[in-house]
Amino acid sequence: MIPAVDYIRILPELVLSIFGIIVMMVDPVLPEQSPKKPLGVIAVIGVLAALAATAYQPGFYGSAFYNTVSVDTFSVFFHVVVLLIALVVILISFEYLDVQRIRSGEYYALVLFGTVGMMLMSAAVELVLIFIALEISSISTYILAGMRRRAAESAEASLKYFLLGSFATAFFLYGVALIFGATGTTNVYGIAHYFQTQQASVLAYLAVGLMFVGLGFKVASAPFHVWTPDVYEGSPAPVVALMSTGPKAAAFAVLLRVLFATGAPGWFWMVWVSAALSMTLGNIGALVQQNVKRLLAYSSIAHAGYLLVAFAAAKQVGISAAIFYAASYAAMNVGAFAVIGHFASEGEKYVTLDDYAGLGRRSPLLAATLTIFLLSLIGIPVTGGFFAKFYVFSAALQSNLVGLTIIGVINSAIAAYYYLRVIVYMYMRDERVEAPVARIPAGLGVGLAISLVATIYLGVMPGRVLDYAIQSAQDLLK
Amino acid sequence: MTEIGTLHYLVVAAALFIIGTIGVLTRRNVVIILMSIELILNAVNLNLVAFSRLYGLHGQVFAIFVITDAAAEAAVGLGIIIAFFRNKETVNVDEVDLLKW
Repeated sequence: MIPAVDYIRILPELVLSIFGIIVMMVDPVLPEQSPKKPLGVIAVIGVLAALAATAYQPGFYGSAFYNTVSVDTFSVFFHVVVLLIALVVILISFEYLDVQRIRSGEYYALVLFGTVGMMLMSAAVELVLIFIALEISSISTYILAGMRRRAAESAEASLKYFLLGSFATAFFLYGVALIFGATGTTNVYGIAHYFQTQQASVLAYLAVGLMFVGLGFKVASAPFHVWTPDVYEGSPAPVVALMSTGPKAAAFAVLLRVLFATGAPGWFWMVWVSAALSMTLGNIGALVQQNVKRLLAYSSIAHAGYLLVAFAAAKQVGISAAIFYAASYAAMNVGAFAVIGHFASEGEKYVTLDDYAGLGRRSPLLAATLTIFLLSLIGIPVTGGFFAKFYVFSAALQSNLVGLTIIGVINSAIAAYYYLRVIVYMYMRDERVEAPVARIPAGLGVGLAISLVATIYLGVMPGRVLDYAIQSAQDLLK
Repeated sequence: MTEIGTLHYLVVAAALFIIGTIGVLTRRNVVIILMSIELILNAVNLNLVAFSRLYGLHGQVFAIFVITDAAAEAAVGLGIIIAFFRNKETVNVDEVDLLKW
């Protein structure tokens, strides 16, 4: 018999799934050619309800459903981050879908289902559930990547993402099967207990390696990053906003639970190498990009590298720095892609740096917003990106990772170049062809405001969120 | 004749895994790549069921989940392949070339 309190522990996921189903049921009832905005409104209500359900959870910490789900500060933190990402993404999709003439109601349902997967990923402590949650979020994003059905780039992005994504999932699964063989259990706590009491076998090392390949793909860290620029370039901008932040944060939560909280053997050097490679390859790749979406894709690889630096720093400081980084990266990156999606206009025509020339004069507000997000991505003070980087590198130094810190700081300096280049184009170049800028509609305005407030809030008063991140790290390590 | 033990199953699974991986990396037809991925998933199933001999039913239940997921993934994957084919009239990965640096 499953106690009723278990259902409260997965209440946000339940609420969001139900709203996803409602969206799918209302969709066929709407007239065929009408805009699908009502569905978006239902989706927004769903996300807000799920946020309320998450806010209700802190009184009910504990594990549920035969130890498959664990609700703690850690899971609640990631729930809130993922839900806020989904909220902003849905808000900026209103206008985007109209402009791109995408008339598919299932778009909103898929965003909701994908979010359910990401939330479950952060709460799951059983490898079966982790795998199912990973697949819920991945399959939704595979489809979302191909939402601009008539554009060949979008179909291609979707195909690439699907092929490489399921390949990576297969590796992850093989690792899971081997770890089941090595330890005799698929529960994270069981595995942790095994590694504490017994010597790890070769099988366990192999399993950890394979699982890291699968999860490394999902967080887009080198050397499993090759898909990132192609997929981000071809996918619809709001979808990129979702999949560059949501699955990344969630996969990172899984990485923390599966590799770190279990004390799995041999993860340190894998993470070290992957972090150094991601930062370097990401930043160097971004230097030569002309397409802004592609540029931010490489930047997203680099940011996965910074996250892994915090991961390698381990212990409580590192983990809390990583959690904080995931949150602030989500805020600024979603905002940046919101601006890009709005500016891209019909058929995503305007996405190269040349199109951004002179934007500062034509649309000062939009340019200023994008500038703030880019400055935050560089890590300039008064923005969330500054504190995020600061905590990551100070955690790395505390753990004596001097080499990795040096690589990271050099990379941050390189990164400033290409972010500033976008800003220079916007304010100091004259446009050759004038790209039109539409007025900012209400949905996008609210979405941008949320990410802007979050970015600045994390930069000015990081205290509360950081306390929460520290507590999450403590919960994770218990 | 030695009896067939757990290790034998693991070796078969490892072979399937390697065949699948090589298939993904070398084949040019998207549908065959999809089949190779399914091969890896079946290697996983074989592993899980083989380990079940040692640790109880856990692994077999997991294998059922994997089968279900493989079905869902194949359905979505074929849909994506059709969407791609409508745009480019090919399922050859060499011609998946719009997005490159």
